[in-house]
Amino acid sequence: MRHITTIEFDGVGKRAVDNARGRVRVAMAVFALAFAAISLRLIDLGLLSGEATDKRVIAAALDVAPRADIVDRNGVLLATDLTAISVYAQIPRVLNAHDSALKLAGVLPGVSSEVLERKFASGSKFIWVKRKVTPAEYDAVNRLGLPGVGFQREVERVYPHGNLAAHMIGYTNVDGRGLAGVERFFDEQLRKEGPRGEPLHLALDVRVQHALRNEIASAVEEFTAIGGAGLVLDIHTGEIIAMVSLPDFNPNEPGTIANNPELINRMSHAVFEWGSTFKTFTMAMALDEGKAGFRDSFDATNPIRISRFTINDDHPKHRWLTVPEIFMYSSNIGTVKMALQVGTENQKAFLGKLGFFERPHVELKERGAPLVPAEWKEINTMTIAFGHGLSITGLQLAAGYAAVAGDGMLHPVTVLKKPVGYKPEGERIVSQETAYKIQGLLRLVVEKGTGRQADAPSYLVGGKTGTAEKAGGGGYRKKSLVSSFVSVFPVINPRYVTVVMIDEPHGTKKTYGFATAGWTAAPTTKRVIERIAPMLGVPPSDVPTHPVTHDMMQFIQPEVRS
Amino acid sequence: MTFGRTDNSIVSRWWWTVDRWLLSAIILLMAAGVLFAMAASPPKALGLGLPAFHFVMRQLYFIPLALALLIGFSLLTPVTTRRVAIVLFGFFYLCTLSTLVFAPEIKGSQRWLFLGGMAIQPSEFLKPMFIVTSAWMFAQTKRKEGFPGTAIAILLCCIVMGTLLLQPDFGQTILTFVVWGAIFFLAGLPMFMICVLAVCGVAAVIGAYLLLPHVASRIDRFLDPASGDSYQVNTAMDAFTAGGFFGRGPGEGVVKRILPDAHTDFIFAVIGEEFGLIACLIIVMVFAFVVMRGFLKVMREEDPFLFLASAGLTILFGLQAIINICVNIQLMPAKGMTLPFVSYGGSSLLSMAMTMGMLLCFTRRNHYGSMGRPSP
Repeated sequence: MRHITTIEFDGVGKRAVDNARGRVRVAMAVFALAFAAISLRLIDLGLLSGEATDKRVIAAALDVAPRADIVDRNGVLLATDLTAISVYAQIPRVLNAHDSALKLAGVLPGVSSEVLERKFASGSKFIWVKRKVTPAEYDAVNRLGLPGVGFQREVERVYPHGNLAAHMIGYTNVDGRGLAGVERFFDEQLRKEGPRGEPLHLALDVRVQHALRNEIASAVEEFTAIGGAGLVLDIHTGEIIAMVSLPDFNPNEPGTIANNPELINRMSHAVFEWGSTFKTFTMAMALDEGKAGFRDSFDATNPIRISRFTINDDHPKHRWLTVPEIFMYSSNIGTVKMALQVGTENQKAFLGKLGFFERPHVELKERGAPLVPAEWKEINTMTIAFGHGLSITGLQLAAGYAAVAGDGMLHPVTVLKKPVGYKPEGERIVSQETAYKIQGLLRLVVEKGTGRQADAPSYLVGGKTGTAEKAGGGGYRKKSLVSSFVSVFPVINPRYVTVVMIDEPHGTKKTYGFATAGWTAAPTTKRVIERIAPMLGVPPSDVPTHPVTHDMMQFIQPEVRS
Repeated sequence: MTFGRTDNSIVSRWWWTVDRWLLSAIILLMAAGVLFAMAASPPKALGLGLPAFHFVMRQLYFIPLALALLIGFSLLTPVTTRRVAIVLFGFFYLCTLSTLVFAPEIKGSQRWLFLGGMAIQPSEFLKPMFIVTSAWMFAQTKRKEGFPGTAIAILLCCIVMGTLLLQPDFGQTILTFVVWGAIFFLAGLPMFMICVLAVCGVAAVIGAYLLLPHVASRIDRFLDPASGDSYQVNTAMDAFTAGGFFGRGPGEGVVKRILPDAHTDFIFAVIGEEFGLIACLIIVMVFAFVVMRGFLKVMREEDPFLFLASAGLTILFGLQAIINICVNIQLMPAKGMTLPFVSYGGSSLLSMAMTMGMLLCFTRRNHYGSMGRPSP
């Protein structure tokens, strides 16, 4: 019986099963396709991840451009992107507007449930509940588990050092676009690199920047000035090691910055008549052209009268002065006479070569255009010789000093860090011999002249004072001064130029009421150099003076040496 | 476990004849279900004022029962299993029918029976039993000249479909109908009839769209998400994109807090957020493995009933998994369907244990191709 059943089964059933096997293959193929489709969809979702699914959220996120970090020359972080979390609501998905608004207001300080409920009812599909919440608030909202309420990570630009290098670094707007400083100049590059890209390496050294800003801020306070500025420039590479402009701002609060003229960058953007600091260029020009030597003397007995002007000396000696004496006493009369020897055309050519007729070449958008006289007559030659009638930026002044007191070449200045051994291109301004002589003269000013208070012992500082009256109201204002000191240190084989400028200082009891550069900018420079020289690896030296300074003592009348 | 091949005890015979690959994959899915319940269910439990691991504990409580059913069914001989299945079909059909009378309405439908404090969804258990019964009817048609097996199967199908639609449970109806159609197809349904059946299926979907408002609204929302509240599905998508390939990490998910069915129908989304899409792909692969393994076993069957019943159970398991996953990843309109073994839920877990227990039973080796013959 069992045998018969099997035969029957083998006959009918087996054929049916064989036929069915083919159909099972069809079913298998259908299932295989379905599982493959699911896997592809999952991979597709994976590639989507990281992007918000809601188009409105994507649009909001795209507005903020993530940027690369900015670091100083030692890799210290100056600007970085931090992620902040914001709470939004997709209103069509909010189940109970009243209840949700109450709960959200309960955990988010500064959010009112009435306002929120009104926003929920406003008919818009997407609203921000609160931007940039704290982690605790984020956690609290998350715990509410409200439908329709979501979180968006937002990028926030953070400047850990606050005001320290505000003008140099600049700031960004809420959409992550650079509005000032290197943030603006390198905007495209910073956005292209992105937050995980190569950071922007500045030449800046935050330690030097801090010392410079600290000393200039002290001076601005001490002399109740309206502002101040400072610069430390590497002579060999043209790198800006520190740049300060006061008053400054906190780039973390961009809302407070815009369109405030007080906050102009006084080193690269504002132009000034620098006064006697400019005489160094007249001196370099005359020495280099061979129009004057240390032995030569000029008559500074009487003021120079030309048309309605009288050119006088601040410390009149009423006698003939040798060239070193003219520089040491900062004689306007002597300097003017030297300039006249050189001639207007030569002076124009010389200052033009120094780049004083165009905006400074530096990687900042805040670059001031010099004020150049429309007509350059003899009177202009005379006033420009001692630093009046041509306004330039502090950055150009420093670059000029780096040229005439360095190796005689003008090198481009830069905010970017350069590799070790970097040799910048350059244009010859004066011979190396002339530059050597200028070093001697600058040292003389610090040893014997108006810059004595800048003499930081053992760092062999050379420099020149400059006190200019600000133009205004149809003439010069005697009480509104720009007191500056430009130093070169060490003065033998110079490595750094510093500029210290105090904008409208007022004398104090300690300075016997003087607000001139020798009493304000010079001592500030001394303190700056004493602080930054060790950071910059400038060793103290027991060499007492520059050889040229030593040699020129014979041309200086003995009675003033005491 | 080691058993001598000469050991003739029931357990030893079972060990040597059951498909251990299939068994391992199923146990792996059960374990994954407990793990994922730990991730997905605490917010839901806390939301209901229950201890955080309430659902995990309940799932753990069901696991031994599920294992017992799984192994118990696979230990039986195919004949016994078939008889049990037919009896249970009758029992669960009556239970399903009684839901229409006794069951309270939950979320717009009557699906649950409360027996001694326990809620069971008889339609979950009805599905596999109905498939096995239908498979037997189709097989008998081949075996015995003149036996009206096909007619009985069609009649049973109409009765079951009607009852499920009355609950209403459109998702289960479609699933059951498709699986039933598949075994009919494997049983040698002529091409002409396949077309008729396909037309019927399409007509049923259109009819449901026109007659059942909740079905219509779900399909509308799938085709045009802006047309209404597609909250669960949208949130599930957010979960996947938030998780990415590697996930946020276990317990780190946020979407589960606002996804109402996170621990049941949308557990796959929670897995996506916390464990990542790679984990999801692994799960999909395990399901695919079980289905393909099942089909390969089916191909070796000689007996028409075993062939059709194993194929039907494999398709039921695979189709339910595919539908659940597709709803989660928005490839299909939302439908209440659990992910076999992984979703939380006693009825679903136990019914799936029975389904796969029967599949293991029907695919055991050494029955010489005939279910009538005792094993040596």
